This record gives sequence, C-alpha cells and structure tokens, in this order.
Amino acid sequence: METTTVFLVLVLLTFISFFAGRKRSHAVTSGLGGVRSLHSLPKHYGYMAALWALLPALLILVLWLVLENSILARIVMNELPGGVRELPVNEQGLYFNQIVSYARGAIDAAQLDAAQIAAADHYRDLSSSSRTIKALLVFLVAILGAALALRRIRPALRARNHVEGIFKWILFACSFLAVLTTLGIVLSVLFEAIRFFHAIPLMDFLFGLEWSPQMAIRADQVAASGSFGFVPLLVGTLLISTVAMVIAVPVGLMSAIYLSEYATRRFRAITKPVLEILAGVPTVVYGFFAALTVAPFIRDLGATLGLHVASESALAAGLVMGIMIIPFVMSLSDDIINAVPDTLREASLGMGATMNETIRKVLLPAALPGIVGGILLAVSRAIGETMIVVMAAGLSARLTINPLEAVTTITVQIVTLLVGDQEFDNPKTLAAFALGLVLFFVTLLLNVIALYVVRKYREQYE
Amino acid sequence: MMERVQQTDTAGIGDVKRPLDIREHVERADYQTIGEPFSGDAKMTARNVNVYYDEKQAITNVSLDIGRNEVIAMIGPSGCGKSTFLRTLNRMNDIIPACRVEGEFALDGEDIYGADQDTVLLRARVGMVFQKPNPFPKSIYENVAYGPRIHGLAHNKAELDEIVEDSLRRASLFNEVKDQLDKPGTGLSGGQQQRLCIARAIAVSPEVILMDEPCSALDPIATARIEELIDELRENYTIAIVTHSMQQAARVSQRTAYFHMGKLIEVGETKQIFTMPKHELTENYITGRFG
Repeated sequence: METTTVFLVLVLLTFISFFAGRKRSHAVTSGLGGVRSLHSLPKHYGYMAALWALLPALLILVLWLVLENSILARIVMNELPGGVRELPVNEQGLYFNQIVSYARGAIDAAQLDAAQIAAADHYRDLSSSSRTIKALLVFLVAILGAALALRRIRPALRARNHVEGIFKWILFACSFLAVLTTLGIVLSVLFEAIRFFHAIPLMDFLFGLEWSPQMAIRADQVAASGSFGFVPLLVGTLLISTVAMVIAVPVGLMSAIYLSEYATRRFRAITKPVLEILAGVPTVVYGFFAALTVAPFIRDLGATLGLHVASESALAAGLVMGIMIIPFVMSLSDDIINAVPDTLREASLGMGATMNETIRKVLLPAALPGIVGGILLAVSRAIGETMIVVMAAGLSARLTINPLEAVTTITVQIVTLLVGDQEFDNPKTLAAFALGLVLFFVTLLLNVIALYVVRKYREQYE
Repeated sequence: MMERVQQTDTAGIGDVKRPLDIREHVERADYQTIGEPFSGDAKMTARNVNVYYDEKQAITNVSLDIGRNEVIAMIGPSGCGKSTFLRTLNRMNDIIPACRVEGEFALDGEDIYGADQDTVLLRARVGMVFQKPNPFPKSIYENVAYGPRIHGLAHNKAELDEIVEDSLRRASLFNEVKDQLDKPGTGLSGGQQQRLCIARAIAVSPEVILMDEPCSALDPIATARIEELIDELRENYTIAIVTHSMQQAARVSQRTAYFHMGKLIEVGETKQIFTMPKHELTENYITGRFG
C-alpha cells in the first residue's frame, strides 16, 4: 500500500474514532441522567479518541518512512560479497544506488553484476513486504489506540483536560521542530566548514588579507594558488551595509516619527501601505535597478565631479540596499514609537514642551531600546542580503573602505562559489560553507549585541 | 493616537446608572446653572463653552470661573465632561484631532484660544497632573528638571539643582528621594510617582495647576499625602481638580462644580454643595443615588 493511501486511511480512522468516542460518551451515561453527568462535553471524548488513534500511528508512520531506507540498505549490503563491503563509503553508496535503480526499473541489467541483480531482487521483496507491514502496523496501532481510549471513557474521565494536555504537547513539538531545524542547518554548514578548515587553516581564513578562491584542478595549472583570506569580504560587506544603514536609518526613523506623531489619520492610511509596498518589491528587481540605473548614474555624477567611480560601486549597491531597508526600519520604529504610552506624550505636552521636544526628549529615549533592536535587525538583513549585491556590487575582492570602488561581499562569494560545476572535495567549494558559517556568527553576534543594548538602555515605562 | 485618547475621555457618556427621568430632565434644551459660577477675583474664566468630539457633544454651554488661589473641585458621574472641561483650560484637547472647542476662555483676562496665543507658553502657565502617575522613564532629577530645561529657566547647574530641590520639597517628596535622585522615577511607589509628577508640574512655576483625578490610582495613605499637599499648594497656585471622590472634593476644595452629562448643573461653596445642594441631580449624586 502506498504511503498516501495509508495516510488517508489513517485520517479516516481518526474521524471514525471521533464519532465512536462521542457516541460512547453518550452510551456510558444512558443510565445516569444523560450528558449532564459527564465531566466533559461529548465532543471532548470524541477528540480524545481521535487523538489516541491518530498520534501514535502517525508517529510510527513517520519513523518508518525516515528509517525504512537505511535499514533496507543495511540488510541488503550485509548480504553482498565481502569485497563490496570493503569499498570506500562513497563507492558503496554508488553500488547500492545502482541496485535500487535497477529494482525500480530505472536502469537495465546490462550495467550490473550478478550479485547486484540478486541483491536487487531481494531489495524488491523486502521493500514490498516493508510496505505491507508498515500499513498493517499503522492501522493496528490506530485501532488499538482508539480502542484503548474508548475503553477508558466513563463519566468521571476528564477528557477536556486530557485533550488540553495533548494539545500542549503538540504545540511543544512544533516549537521544538523549529529549533531542531535551526540546529540541523547550523550543523550541516558546520561539518562542511570543518572539512574546509582541514585544507585551509582557520587563521589564514579569518585574518588573510587576500581572497582569490582559485584551486588547481591540474597540478601544472598556471595561477593555481588559492588564497582564502576572509577580511576583504568582511570589509566589503560592512562597507555596503554601512552605506545602506546611513540611508535607511535616518529616512526610516524620521518617516516613522512623522507618520506616528504628525501625520493625519488619512495621510497615514495612504502612506503606510505605499511605503510597505517598497518592502514587497523583490530584491532581484532592486538588483537590476541598482545595476542598470543607480550605478551608471553615480558613475556619471562622479565623472562630472572629477571623481573616479567604479561602474559597480559599493555606493550604488549600498544606496539601493538602503532604500530596500527603509520600510523595514520604518515599520519597526513606527510600531515601537506607537507603543510608547500616550500618558508620556501628555505629560510632556502638558508642561509646555513642543511636539519636537517631546519626540526628542521623551518619545525617542523611551523607544530607544526597541529602535536599536530594529536597526540591528535591519543590519542583519543588510549583511545577509544577496541579490542586490550580486547584481550591483561586483566580484573583485578588494580591501578598501572607499565606497566609490567595487567591492564584494560574503553572500556574493557564496553564490559565486556554488554556481556552476563544483566538486565537493575541493576547498574552493567548501569555502562557501565556511563563509556561510562566519556569516551566521556575524549576524548572531549582532543579535546578541542588540539584545544587550536593549536590556541595558531600556527606560522602563509602564 | 486619536482613538486612544478619546477612549479615556468620552467613554461612558450617558452611563448614568439610575433613573431615566433624571436624564430626560437634564436633556431639555435650555438649562440654567444653579449657584454662582462667577468669581469676583477670577484667575481663569470660561464662557459659553461647547465641546464636541466629531458630532458628539461632550460639553454644553458651560460657564465657570476659577478664582485666584482657590481650589475648585469638579465632580460628577463618569463621562459627565468634567475631564474634558479641565483639558480645555490648557488646550490639551488640541492634540485630539476630532475635538472641537467653542466658547471664550481667558487666563488673567488674556484669551486662551486667541490667534496669537502660544500653547507652549500657556501650558507652562497652566500645568497639569494626570490621572495615572506618568513620570518619564528618566531619573527623578531629570523628571523634575525636564520643564525648567525646555523653558530655559535655569542658567547653570546650580540654579537647576535649586529648582529641582525646591520643587521636590514643595511636593513634599524631597526627603524621601534626596539620596536617590539619579534613580529612575518609575521605580518609586504610586503615591511617590504622583508627587513626583506634581513636583515636575510646579518646577516650571505655573500659575494654575489642573489635576485630573490625581488620586484615583493611589491607596488611601498616598491619597491623604496628596490632599495635604494640595492644601499647601493653594497658597501659591490656583488649582482645579477633577475627582470621583466626594470626600476628597469636600476635604480639599473651597468651591465645587457638579457636572452632569456635559452640563454644569450646580456650582457653589463646597460646604453648601455638600450640605444643602439646590439641584435634585446634585443631591442624588452626593447622596450616592447614582454615579
């Protein structure tokens, strides 16, 4: 039976259990004065039976799906001739994949040896019985669960509290899943990065001043010296982010102040959605806006002023990135300024302060922690932004803090390293993971600083 | 912003719990304030005041004087317009877009709503203390120094220190906080916070102090301190206080004005209002028949 069918039948069983549970709750009270004598409502007994039928069976189904392949692989591999088991891990995998492909009819027997064909037949048998056992087991557990729940139903059973408890665990499982995913991402990046650091020393990576990720494919290749110094990328990233923040923070913050304190309700109702459209523009659109409109404009402007501006300048990328972040900063600041209690505004205005004084001396200090937090979030966003810089910032890893020159960023290099043909045992490719890891730590650090600042400078208000 | 402010101010218009016939009685088109709304030595005057929130009329044809160095109490059931009236006196209603004020107001004979009136200066002369203690999330010192700073009342640090200390003393808070002037004002107890707000208000040397239910968030002991304080402040300031507590009105004020559904029903000597009210509504309210 296919997994989809198993799942649909399981859902059906769940529904049946619900109605059975509800019916049973009526039945157990027939002699006792009806539904009034139940602790909970009939539907709660139904929910309870349904959850008991669904959850254990679902768990088994998921576990089966996760573990099925590796267990089957182990069984089949153990039966193969000893020579195969002594192959390197990669080749074992390849060998086994051929077996699976043949068993599924994707390739024909000509490419395989006799042992593989025998193993493939065995694999086919095993996986078909696995399917049958899976279906039977899931249904059995579902029916058993429902039966157990139904047996427990009696008027004094606190089904409502019971269901409440189960839901708490379901919610917990969901939040746990998010944490696990994060952990999984970090670990997968970490392991690849560790492989990279076997080839390139950590110190060379973190403090190297030159980035040119070229590795020799042949021994006699010219210009085959790869250097993986991370500093130019970091400086480039920070340079572009700084330009972006210089644009985004004042404009975003001030428009937030205008919208929350001065604007009429009508103006606000029109302007805020329009500004939020800015946040909805895909970054790739910003990217070609930067590359095709802003960068040439800045170059020409520079030329008329007698400055030399690269046609892919950090300034252009940062400028457009700043525009992209404006609605982000604005929206966050606006929420935070609005959250400052009106009593503080009244207190200040009531003492004869002007609106401007009230904003500068009361509202902004009170909103500061939130605003700083919002700005640091925006910085994280700027550092992680990829598309604009890929299109507008160029690839030359130059160590400079002159925004008129072309620089490159961490994210751009990750993209470049992973686009096209790569081999995963080459430091050139693995460098992308190391960069990803460092990027992760940089944004993590920023978030930690943000939290610290927020906690330290919070002006408590009630 | 508008909705939030409005909530606190107009909520409950017509919330009067008791008999409908009384309501009808007041809603007759013309009414006459009973008692003596005018004062021989008026600090502030208000004539024929109407206030609207959008289409809704919150105050109807109220005329009232606030005498020099007197404490006038404004009482009445929730939503009767007493807070709204108080706020018109230093134009705090200006910040509510939907609010429209009609009538003539004067402070020492000077038109409050005149075209050349500077609301900033007006509010410095007519200070306000709010229902909920609302110290700034700054240190105690900074809270009190805020007003003098923005109005440039002190020319150097020593003068500012003096103003702060003097204001805290007048608000009878100085001895309690003199060792912790750099601690946040929000860390004080509710009663201390409210006295801090009073100190903050008097730091700019206002002539009139408007108090909008200053004790409603406080316990009886803190309330007693504030009431004593109001009595002391009367020597130097003119005070208008809105209160829900009739005992408080009786204890601190010389004159009392009774508002009902946006109308000024009766005004007179506090003693007379509480012992011999002339209007049926006033009597019903002070005897606790509604409110």
